[in-house]
Amino acid sequence: MSAPTIDHTLDEILKLAASHFKVPREKLTPDDDFFKTLGIDSLQALDLLTRIEHHFRIELPDYELQGVSDFRTLANRIQARL
Amino acid sequence: MNAFSGQTLSWQIVNGVTELALHRDPCNEIGSLTLDELEKFAAALPELENNSHALIVHSTLKAGFSAGADLRELFQRGQAMEKSAARRGVREFLERIHCVMNTLDALPLTTIAAVHGVTFGGGFELALVCDIIVADRTARFCFPELRLGLIPGFGGIPRLKRDLGNAVVRDLLLTGRSFNVMKAQQIGLVSQIAAEGEALRVARATASQAAKFEKRTVATAKEFVKPIPYEELKREIDIFCDLYSRPAVEQGLRKFVENEGVQPYLP
Repeated sequence: MSAPTIDHTLDEILKLAASHFKVPREKLTPDDDFFKTLGIDSLQALDLLTRIEHHFRIELPDYELQGVSDFRTLANRIQARL
Repeated sequence: MNAFSGQTLSWQIVNGVTELALHRDPCNEIGSLTLDELEKFAAALPELENNSHALIVHSTLKAGFSAGADLRELFQRGQAMEKSAARRGVREFLERIHCVMNTLDALPLTTIAAVHGVTFGGGFELALVCDIIVADRTARFCFPELRLGLIPGFGGIPRLKRDLGNAVVRDLLLTGRSFNVMKAQQIGLVSQIAAEGEALRVARATASQAAKFEKRTVATAKEFVKPIPYEELKREIDIFCDLYSRPAVEQGLRKFVENEGVQPYLP
C-alpha cells in the first residue's frame, strides 16, 4: 500500500487539531504557528503529538519537533515516518 | 490514618483498596510539600495495609499523572543558600524521597499506578515503584533529566533496569524522548491500556481481582519477583549529587525556570 500524499497528511493533521482543540477547521492553515493558533503550550503540544502518533500509527520522537511550530513542517516530519 | 486530605495529595480506602490521589497544580510537581505529605502517607501505610488489599496511585489533574520533580523549587532553593548547603539539602531531599519510594516498592499489597497524560521524571519514577502500570491512551513517559545535566534521582534508573531491557533504558535516558502508551506497552512497561479517562476504572477492576488472593501469598510472591535494588539506588543518589554540584546544572535549571516560551517540556 502506498503512503498517503503530503497534502493528505497535512489535511488529516489540521482536522485532528481542529477537532481536539475545538477550533473551526477553516480557521487553520498549513503555515499557521500551531502554538499561537491553537493557543497551546508544550504539554498540550505533547498531547497533540500523542494523538498524531495514534492516528497515523507511527512513533515520532519529540526531539524531532524541536523548533517546529507550523503544521506544514509537522506534516513533513510525520510523512517521513509513514 | 485511613483517610487524609492534604494540599498536594489525599488518600482514602474505597471498597478495600487504598486510593492515593495526587492533586497539586499544575501537574503534580514533586517538591518539599508533596514530599512531606508522601511521608505522612508512608507513615500511615502499616494501618492502611491492615485495612486494604491493594493500593492505587492516580492523579485527579487533567494535565497528567505527574511532571516530576519541582524544578522551580530546586532552582530557587539552590539560589537562596550557599552551594554546600544546597548540595546537602538536595541529598537530604533525595534520601527522604528514596525512603518513601522504597517503602512503596516493598509494600506487601498489590500496587497499581493508574496514569494518564504527562508521566515524566519523578512522576514516572513514582509509577515505577508500583507493581502494575495501567495507562490511558493519553499517557506519555519520559526521563528528561539529561537535558538539565542530571540523571533521574528518585530511583528511576535502577527500577527501569530491574523491569526492562537495558537497550530501552538507554534509549529513554540518552535521548530524553517521551514514549506513548503503545510503545510503553510494547517494551513491557505498561500492563494494560485504557481508553482516555478510564485508567482509574481499569485499575479498580484490577485491584478487585487482586483481592481474590490471600495477602500472605501476594506478599511472598512480590518479594520473590520484585527485588529492590538498594545498592544501585544508593549509588544513584551519589551520582545525582555529584552531577548537581556542577555549574552546568544551575544553568540548565535557570534556563528551564526562566523560560517563558511555550516549549519548555519539549527536548
